[in-house]
Amino acid sequence: MSPVLETRQLCKKFGALTVAENIDFRLEAGERRALIGPNGAGKTTFVNMLTGRIVPSSGRIFLGGDDVTEQAQAARVKRGLGRTFQINTLFRDLTVLDNVALGIAERRGVAGRLWRPASAYDEVRAESEVLLAALDLAVDAGSRVLDLPYGKQRLVEIAIALGLKPRVLLLDEPAAGVPSVESGRILQALDSLPGDIAILIIEHDMDVVFRFAHRITVMVQGEVLVEGTPDEIAGDRRVHQVYLGESRRD
Amino acid sequence: MSRRGSYGVGARIGWLEWLPWVAALAVFIALPQYLPLGARILVYILFALSLDLILGYAGIITLGHSAFFGLGAYVAGILGAKLGITDPLLQMAAAAAAAALLGVVTGTVILRTKGLTLLMLTLAITTILLEVANKATGLTGGADGLSGIVVAPIFGQFRFDMFGKTAYLYCLLALFAGWWVTRRIVYSPFGTSLVGIRENAVRMHAVGAPVYFRLVAVYTISATMAGCAGALLTQTNQFVGLNVLSFEFAGELLVMLVLGGVGRIYGAFAGPLVYMIAQDQLAKQFPEYWYFGIGLLLVAVVMFARGGLLGILDLAVSRMRRASP
Repeated sequence: MSPVLETRQLCKKFGALTVAENIDFRLEAGERRALIGPNGAGKTTFVNMLTGRIVPSSGRIFLGGDDVTEQAQAARVKRGLGRTFQINTLFRDLTVLDNVALGIAERRGVAGRLWRPASAYDEVRAESEVLLAALDLAVDAGSRVLDLPYGKQRLVEIAIALGLKPRVLLLDEPAAGVPSVESGRILQALDSLPGDIAILIIEHDMDVVFRFAHRITVMVQGEVLVEGTPDEIAGDRRVHQVYLGESRRD
Repeated sequence: MSRRGSYGVGARIGWLEWLPWVAALAVFIALPQYLPLGARILVYILFALSLDLILGYAGIITLGHSAFFGLGAYVAGILGAKLGITDPLLQMAAAAAAAALLGVVTGTVILRTKGLTLLMLTLAITTILLEVANKATGLTGGADGLSGIVVAPIFGQFRFDMFGKTAYLYCLLALFAGWWVTRRIVYSPFGTSLVGIRENAVRMHAVGAPVYFRLVAVYTISATMAGCAGALLTQTNQFVGLNVLSFEFAGELLVMLVLGGVGRIYGAFAGPLVYMIAQDQLAKQFPEYWYFGIGLLLVAVVMFARGGLLGILDLAVSRMRRASP
């Protein structure tokens, strides 16, 4: 079976600086994969290349078996690639409902329509409300995003991405900066994500990584160092040296 | 309040939104001596509305919107003065088409950029057009302006009279059409996505929106409206001067919109109205220093009411609501 997402020899150079080098990566349907590595390892650059935000210097990207390397972000999203951002990238002055509805309307192909008012698209609103209810955000639907606590804003990030009904979801540090009292809700949301979505999560919180991922890929200085199950990674000496330090995880 | 599309809130026209139209009709009946000034204000409102669509909703910053207004004005004028096409609706349609073409061609190029680069490119376009109009004296009259423009009666029935009655009603109808179209756009999914682009273009890309094409589309629509406003000015004045293509004119429009309130639809009504009445009255009282008064007004708005005059109104209404039990 072909992977839903694959990269072959993916490279990115900014002048003399190489931030990603010959990355071969495969993500299977329904897989839960974590991408970890120290700061500056090239994780976010890798995600940005996958989504089309950054053009790779060389190498190919395949989505559902099709080469999408030359395709724009919008085309990749329509092929089922969704993402969240490391730093909240929301429509801060809009309501929570509109934040989610904007993406849903794009997916449904109605966002470019000019004549009927947006509020007349009941199906978009209804789908948005169902999604928000699933993430315990229904009560905040009419609130502006900038008035929400940070933890809920992270959930809105996830909600927008889920509204696109992705086949592949890239989660860039979904729990970053969230106080521990609120992070439980995010972990709960991650656990309840539909099983058929392949998920790649970038995360520094090892509790989240080892709880969530079926497999883990470790990146160091723009290269894949090692890939394996959580137990294999936890026991890998190279990972301890470059990332976790010498103390073993029990 | 700022007006924009939403998937959660309806788009029904509120009673307050009829107020400008009632007031405009009241002016027609009660203040006939002000109809020429009134017609000019209506033209500027339409022009400001076109700017609000791109600046207030899509976040496209421009200092060259006069390019479309000026092109529309000259196209209507040249047709009426040089080519013998005197039907006002035909002149208006030609002006709209020319402005739309300029909008789509220039928009396709400049909307790949943003920030200061975009600002400079918009300025460059209007400057180029200004220089072309200045040199093409045979067609445009150059620095002397284009006169001798013939405008036939509307539908062969309604002649443009010396008291400005026909012109006023003609401008009012054109503005009503422009407002209706703008309102529909603003409240549509397209308009809502424009606000999304203004708020966060990165996220709009990430949800699969064709950001660039949407911007080009709204830029073209806005250019078309500005072209219509230009044609209206030509038809009501029966004269076109080079100033319609100037940077100062584009800047003045921006000032009017900021004064009224950006991204609110009705800020484009309040701004030109207050600006031009203030200009009219101050110029009568202080012919040499009237710009000083306009400057003071703008400084006050920028310092104390970032949302423009309608922002002040918003603030007052929300305080009254909070104060009432």
